[in-house]
Amino acid sequence: MPPVLELKGITKRFPGVLANDHIDLRLEEGHVLSLLGENGAGKSTLMNILYGLYSQDEGDIYIRGENVAINTPNDAIRQGIGMVHQHFMLVPVLTVTENVMLGMESMKRAGFLDRETSANRIREISDRYGLEVDPDAVVEDLPVGIQQRVEIIKLLYRNADILILDEPTAVLTPQEVEGLFDVIHTLVALGKSVIFISHKLKEVLEISDRIVVLRRGRVVGSTTPVESDERDLATMMVGRDVILSVAKMPREPEAVVLNVRSLFVRGDQAKMAVNGISFEVRGGEILGVAGVQGNGQTELVEALTGLRAVEGGRIMIAGEDTTHASPRTITEVGTAHIPEDRQRDGLVLDYPVEDNMILNTYYLPPQAKGMVMQEAVIAERAENLVAEYDVRTPSISTPTGNLSGGNQQKVIVARELSRPVRLLIASQPTRGLDVGSIEYIHSQLVRKRDEGVAVFVISAELDEVMSLSDRIMVMFEGKIMGTVSAVGATKEELGLLMAGVAPETATMTS
Amino acid sequence: MNKKRSEDASIREDTSSVATNSETALRDKVRKTRGVVWRSLLVPLLATVTAFAIGGLVIIATDESVYEAFQDGIGRGIVQVFIVIGRAYGTFFTGAFGNPAQIVEALFSGNAAQIRRAVYPITETLRISTPYIFAGLAVALGFQGGLFNIGAEGQYFVGGLVCVFAGYSITGLPQIIHLPLALLAGVAGGALWGAIPGYLKGKTGAHEVITTIMMNYIAYRLAEFMLDVGGPMARGDGRPVSPEIQLSAYLPQFFPNRVDLRVNAGIFLALGVAWVVWWLLYRTTVGYEIRTVGKNPDAARYAGISVPRVMVITMALSGALAGLSAATDILGVLHFMPNSFFSGYGFDAIALALLGNSHPAGVVLASLLFGAIGAGARNMQGMAHVPIDITSILQGLIIVFIAAPAIIRALYRMREPEEDEELALARG
Amino acid sequence: MTVAQVTPRSQRRARTMGIFFCLVSLSILLLFMPSTQPGQTTTFAFTERSSNALGIADMVFRTRVGLYLMALVAIFAGGWQLTKGFERVNVVLGLVVGAFVLAFLAWAARGQSMNMTGMIKSSLLRAIPITLAALSGVMCERCGVVNIGIEGMMLSGAFFAALFGSITDSAWLGLLAAMIGGGLMAALLAVLAIRYKVNQIIAGTAINILATGLTSYFSSRYLQKYAELNNPATFSPIPLPGLSKIPIVGPALFNHTLLVYLTLILVVVIQIMLYYTRWGLRTRAVGEHPRAADTLGVNVFLTRYVNVISGGLIAGLGGAYLVLSSVARFDELMTAGKGFIGLAAMIFGKWNPVGALGSSLIFGFADALQTKLAILAVPIPSQFLLMAPYLVTIVALAGVVGRSRTPAADGVPYEKS
Repeated sequence: MPPVLELKGITKRFPGVLANDHIDLRLEEGHVLSLLGENGAGKSTLMNILYGLYSQDEGDIYIRGENVAINTPNDAIRQGIGMVHQHFMLVPVLTVTENVMLGMESMKRAGFLDRETSANRIREISDRYGLEVDPDAVVEDLPVGIQQRVEIIKLLYRNADILILDEPTAVLTPQEVEGLFDVIHTLVALGKSVIFISHKLKEVLEISDRIVVLRRGRVVGSTTPVESDERDLATMMVGRDVILSVAKMPREPEAVVLNVRSLFVRGDQAKMAVNGISFEVRGGEILGVAGVQGNGQTELVEALTGLRAVEGGRIMIAGEDTTHASPRTITEVGTAHIPEDRQRDGLVLDYPVEDNMILNTYYLPPQAKGMVMQEAVIAERAENLVAEYDVRTPSISTPTGNLSGGNQQKVIVARELSRPVRLLIASQPTRGLDVGSIEYIHSQLVRKRDEGVAVFVISAELDEVMSLSDRIMVMFEGKIMGTVSAVGATKEELGLLMAGVAPETATMTS
Repeated sequence: MNKKRSEDASIREDTSSVATNSETALRDKVRKTRGVVWRSLLVPLLATVTAFAIGGLVIIATDESVYEAFQDGIGRGIVQVFIVIGRAYGTFFTGAFGNPAQIVEALFSGNAAQIRRAVYPITETLRISTPYIFAGLAVALGFQGGLFNIGAEGQYFVGGLVCVFAGYSITGLPQIIHLPLALLAGVAGGALWGAIPGYLKGKTGAHEVITTIMMNYIAYRLAEFMLDVGGPMARGDGRPVSPEIQLSAYLPQFFPNRVDLRVNAGIFLALGVAWVVWWLLYRTTVGYEIRTVGKNPDAARYAGISVPRVMVITMALSGALAGLSAATDILGVLHFMPNSFFSGYGFDAIALALLGNSHPAGVVLASLLFGAIGAGARNMQGMAHVPIDITSILQGLIIVFIAAPAIIRALYRMREPEEDEELALARG
Repeated sequence: MTVAQVTPRSQRRARTMGIFFCLVSLSILLLFMPSTQPGQTTTFAFTERSSNALGIADMVFRTRVGLYLMALVAIFAGGWQLTKGFERVNVVLGLVVGAFVLAFLAWAARGQSMNMTGMIKSSLLRAIPITLAALSGVMCERCGVVNIGIEGMMLSGAFFAALFGSITDSAWLGLLAAMIGGGLMAALLAVLAIRYKVNQIIAGTAINILATGLTSYFSSRYLQKYAELNNPATFSPIPLPGLSKIPIVGPALFNHTLLVYLTLILVVVIQIMLYYTRWGLRTRAVGEHPRAADTLGVNVFLTRYVNVISGGLIAGLGGAYLVLSSVARFDELMTAGKGFIGLAAMIFGKWNPVGALGSSLIFGFADALQTKLAILAVPIPSQFLLMAPYLVTIVALAGVVGRSRTPAADGVPYEKS
C-alpha cells in the first residue's frame, strides 16, 4: 500500500535563499511524523507548500500514490490536508461556529447561514475526539488551549485525514502538552495521520513514529525514537556537538538592585495580569522566570520598564522608586532592557545600524550637543560597538532590517550592555535565533552577572531558564507559584508549578 | 553634503558585496549613491511624463476639430492631432516658462518693460509654487512622523484667518515688526489647528485621517462664518472678504509697482524654511524623535520618547507650515482673505509630499513642477481653450503612478528594485 | 488585596454622564428661558400643504411650560444616573439630547410656527445621500479596504447620471449609468489597493482628485456648452398607497422618489446580509483576519474586489440621488463633502448599516435645522449647526461616546505570504 503522503524532491527558492532543497518525505497512514529543525531550517516553508500557501519550484506531491497539484489551500483541503498554524488562524470577533464553518458554510434556503447544523457537527466532533468546546463562544474570550482545540476542530470539520501541527506546544503548559498528546493519540487511533513540527527534542521523542530532521533546507536524517536520543537529534539538527548547558561559575549575590513589592498590573483586557507579586533580584545573580506565555510575564516586564501603568504596589530599582517613572527615567537609573519582540520594540528596522545603536541615548552628550546630533561621534561609537559585539553587517549604514535575526539581537545587546548598567531585563532573549547566536547571548548575560549586574531573564523555554538562572521564579495567572534554586530543580517540579499546582498539593499527589 | 545618513528609507545600500578595502568601498558607495539618486528620480520623472501623455490623449479625444479633420481624411486627422496637442502643450510651456526666444530678445533689447513681459510666466510659476512648498512640506513632515495630515486645507484656512486679522487689525507698526508678527500669526493659527488632531491621536488614538478631514470642514464653516457678509471679520462693504491688510504687513515684492508681477519674498522664505525642515528632521534630536515615532512608535516608546508629545509636535509643526502657506498667499499676493471654499491645497499637498518622497528637497522640486502646471494650465485655458481642470487630472494621475510604481515599471519594462540581495541577507 | 472590581474608567464615565445630564437641564434654563416671554406660545404644525394626508391639529403650547418640562426630564435623568445609575446609559443619553433639541426647537419657534412634518421630511431627504455614502464605506471597510474616495465616486456617479439621464431621457438609465460611474472609480481604487497594494488613503485621495478633475473637465467641455446634455429626466415622488395618508409621518416618510425607498431597503438588506449570509461572514472574516480566511480557502482578493466595487455602485447611487431626485442637473463639485460626511456617519454608526442610517439622520437633521433657523430668523449662525456633524464625529472618535471598533484589518493590504 502506498503511503498516505509522499513528497519527492521538493525544492523552493526564495530570492537568494534555497529554503527547501530536494526534500523527500513519507508519511504512513496512522503515523505521527515529526519534522525537527532549528528556526529557519525550512520546516514551515515545506508545510506551507504542502498546504498550498506557497508553490514549489520543483518536486512532486503524492497522496495515496497519486501525483497531485496543490496550488491553493482549497486544493489542500480537497486532498484531505489540514494545518494548524503556529500563529492561530482564528478571527477573534467571530464565534467558534463561525470560525469553523467559514469557507465551508452550511446553508439554509435563500442563501442564509445555517449555524445550527454547523454547531451540531462541531458538537459531534468534540464528543468523538474529546475536544470539548462551546460552539457559541466568541473566540477572543477563549484561552489559548481552547483556541487550539478550535483549530483542530476546523480541520476535522473539513474531513482532513492528514493533519499538520506547526509548533503546537509553544503556547502550552507541560500538562496541556500531555492533553494535546492524548488528542493526537486518539486522532491516530481513529485513522488520521499527523505531521508534528517542533524544535523540542523531548516532545518529538515522545510522540513520533518517525523523526525527520531538517537543516538549512535539507533532510539531514531520518530516524525513530527507539534508534536515537536527545544528543543524537541535537547534533543532527545543529550539525555539530552542542553544549546543552551554560558554563558559569557559582557566585555570591550582592545587594538588592530590583525590589518589587505587591505589584498589580492590568492586562489589555482590563483584567489584572500581574496579581500582587513581590520579589527581588540581587546584583550578581540571574533570576529566571518560568511560566507558560500569557501568565503575566509580558505585563510584568512592561511595568518594570515603564511601558505599562502600575495599578498598585511599588518598584524600586537601585534604590530609586520607579513605580510610576517613565521609560526614560528607568533607563537613566541604569536599567537595560532586551525586549520580548525585538523587531517591534527594540529596533527601527528602517534605520541604519548606527541609528539603532543610539535609540535610547540619542539625546545625551556626546551623541547630541543641545538639540544638534553629532554625526561623527555617533558613527564612531557604532563602528566600535559593531566590532566589539561581533555584529555581522556590511556597514553601519546598512538598514537593520537587512540583518539576520541573530545580528539584529546583537545590535540590541550591544546598545543595552555598552551603557553603565545596574539591572538587565532580558525578555525571550534567544527566541527564534540560531544556536550560535543563542550561545553568544547566553555568554553575554552570564558576563554581566559576573560583573555584578542584577539579571532578570524571562523565557518561554524551560530549558533556557533552567540552565541560565541562579534562582527560578514560576509565574501562573499573574502570581508567583514558587521560587526555587536552579541547583536541584527538576522539570517535573517546575512543570507542576507552571500549571498552577501549589507545592503542598504537588507533594501530596506525588 | 558631507555624509548621507538615513535620509531616505527607500535608499538602500546594495549590501551584497563586501568591499575589500576602504578606498574601493568608498568609491563603490559614491557610485551606488549616485545610482540610487538617479533611480529615485526616475520613477517620479516617468510618472510625470506618463501623466502628461495621458492628459494629452484626453485633450485630443475631447477636441472637436480633431473629429472634423478625421472626416476629411486620416492624414488630415493625424495632422490635426499634432496641431491640437502642439497648441495645447505649447501654450502650456510658454505659460509656465515663457517663450525662450522672447526672453533672449528682451534681454538683448534691455528694455525693462519688455523683459518684465517676457519673464512674467516664470514669475507666475514661482508665485504659485511658493504656497505649494509650504503645504507640501506640511504633509511631508507629517509623513515623516507617521501621521497622515489630510488637514493641511483646514490649517491653511485657520492660519489665514489669524494671519489676516493680525495683518489688518494692528496699525502703526513698522514693517520689520508687523510682517514677522503677521507671519507668526499664520503659523500660530495653523499650528493650533494641527495640534488638535495630534493631541487626539496621541491621547485617545482617534485616527488623524478622519479627525483632520473633520477639522477641515469645521475650518471651512468657521471661515465662512467669519468672512460671510455681516460676519465678524467681513469688510462691511457687502462683499464676503476680509479688509485689506496694512502695507506694513506686505511681503516685499520684487516688482513693487507692477500688480501683475506678483512674485515676492515668499519664495525665498519657502526655500529657507525647506532647508530648516531638512535640518530639523535629519540633524536634530527633535527630528530623530519624529522619524522614530514615524517608523516605529513601539520602539519610540521603548526608547523613552513620549509618543503623544511627539505626535502633537509633529502635527503642530505640520499645521504651522500649512499656516505659513496661507500667510504667504495673503501677505504676498492677495493682501486680504476671500471666503472661498476648497482652495485645494490640502489634496495637492499630499501629491507634493508623495512626489517629493517626503524629503524637503523633493518637495521643493515637486512644488516647482506643480507651480509650472498651475501657470501653464492657466495659459492653456486662455489660449488653447483647454479647461483648467486638466490640472486635477494630471495631479491625480501623477499620484496614482507614484503610489503604484509597479505600473510605471511595467509600462517602461524597468527591472524590479534589487530586492534579491537584500532578501538574501535578511534570511541568511 | 484591595483592588476595585469595577474598572475606574466606566465609573468615571457613569459619573460624567450624570453631570452632563444635569448640565443639559441647566443650559435649557439658562440659554432659552431668559429670552422667552411668559405668555409666548410655540406652534408645532403637523400638516404639509401639498399632501393629501389626513389632517391633524397643530400643537400649540406655552413655550415656557415646554422648556420647564424638558429641563425636568434632563434633571431627573441626571439625578437618577448619579444616585442609582441607568443600565443602558447610551439610550438615556439619546433621550436627554432629544429633550434638549425639542427645547431648542420650542424656543426657536416661540411666537411662531414650526412645521414638524416638514422637518422630518427634509431631514430624511438630506440624510439619503449621506446614508448611501456611509453604506459605500461600510461595504469597503468591512472587508478591510479604507475608502476615502467616496466623494469622488459620488461625483462621477452624479456626472454620469446627468449625462446619460439627459442623452437617454430616462431616469432609469441615468441611475444605471451613475452606478457604473461610481463603480468605475471604485474599480480603480480596488486595483490600486488590492493589486498594487498602494496605501489606501493615498489611493482614495487620488480617486478624489481624479474624479474632481475628470468631471469638471468634461463638464466644462460638454455639459456647460450643450445645455441639452445637462437636463436629465428625473424621478418623481411615489406616494405609498395607504401609508402616505397616515398623519404626521405619512407625508414625511412615505411620499418620496424611488431612490429614497431604495436606500432604506438597501440599509436593511445589507444589515441582514452582513450577519446572516455566507457573503457577510466571509466579508467580516476578511476584514478582521484575511490570512485566516485565506487558509480556509476564502478568496480574499475576490471578496475585496466584489465589496469595493459594490461600494462604488452604492456611492454612484448617492451621486444619482443628488441629480435625479433633486436638482436635475450636474454642477462641478456638487457633492460638496457629502462623501466625507458619509464617512463620518459610518464611523459614528460603528460600521453598521443601521447605525450609519441613524447617524445620517442626525446629520441630516442638523442640516435641515440650519435652513429652518434661517427662516425663523434665529440669531445663531447657520455655520455652527453645520459644524455639528463633524464635531460629533471627532467626539465619537475620541471615545467619549463609548469605543467604536474598526475592522482589525482595515487599511492593511493583503499579501499572499
